[in-house]
Amino acid sequence: MSARLRSADVAVGTELPEQTHRVTRADLVRYAGASGDLNPIHWSDRVATSVGLPGVIAHGMLTMGLAARTVTDWAGDPGAVVEYQVRFGRPVVVPDDDTGAEVTVRGKVGAVLDGGRVRVDLTVTSAGEKVLSLARATVALA
Amino acid sequence: MALDAGLVGRSYPPSAVYEVGRAKIAEFAAAVGAADPVHTDPEAARALGHPDVVAPPTFAIVVTLGAADVVLADPDVALDYSRVVHGEQRFTHHRPIRAGDRLVSTTTIETVRSVAGNDLLSTRVHVATEDGEAVCTATSMLVARGTA
Repeated sequence: MSARLRSADVAVGTELPEQTHRVTRADLVRYAGASGDLNPIHWSDRVATSVGLPGVIAHGMLTMGLAARTVTDWAGDPGAVVEYQVRFGRPVVVPDDDTGAEVTVRGKVGAVLDGGRVRVDLTVTSAGEKVLSLARATVALA
Repeated sequence: MALDAGLVGRSYPPSAVYEVGRAKIAEFAAAVGAADPVHTDPEAARALGHPDVVAPPTFAIVVTLGAADVVLADPDVALDYSRVVHGEQRFTHHRPIRAGDRLVSTTTIETVRSVAGNDLLSTRVHVATEDGEAVCTATSMLVARGTA
């Protein structure tokens, strides 16, 4: 595993390695079980369309969890994230096929704060559209 | 239906203790694809200075989801659950959640507002150990989409 990143090695504008995640219906079922969020809009097309969605959508919290990996893989310690927030802008629609949806996560250091902390601003897109907005994490670096 | 502004500041009794297990952390980490051994291998966690395996940054939702249910179950909170979507989420980690933690959640309604026919309700869940050590504060905004 990677060593913890040092705050001396980053500056405003430092870009984090981009990640792309594939999300299939099987991933939604697994996340539903692991998180306890059994809302049927994440596994039933019938229910999802009955409330006006185009089809089954990913849990916003799954997208938030996937996006966190861009930060934690970079920082070298998942325990280094001291603050993490997102706004759920647009749903990630997950078709019932073997391909699923793709979620791409890019991150950039937006601010260097006191005490070795940095703020990372994330851009999270699926099918060319931003799915999270105001997505940012504060990380305590070594 | 507009939410009663008098709900702001309402707090609910502390939850039952949630005991964090290594297997649950490993299960959740796998579900978000987090392969870092710090989630599954106590030795790897100790190498980074953690007493035991640590949870991914969004794991707190497992602990706080049930805590927020008390708000939706409150008869004074007139939210049509079938129209509720998750608007925003924020976690402030005072320290990482780790295996062996015995956590108690206390939920408070932080804000209620109506915007463009939608009802917005924010809850703040304070997560602490049984002994009172602050671990995480989770703020969720729920949006009940209006029918107008």
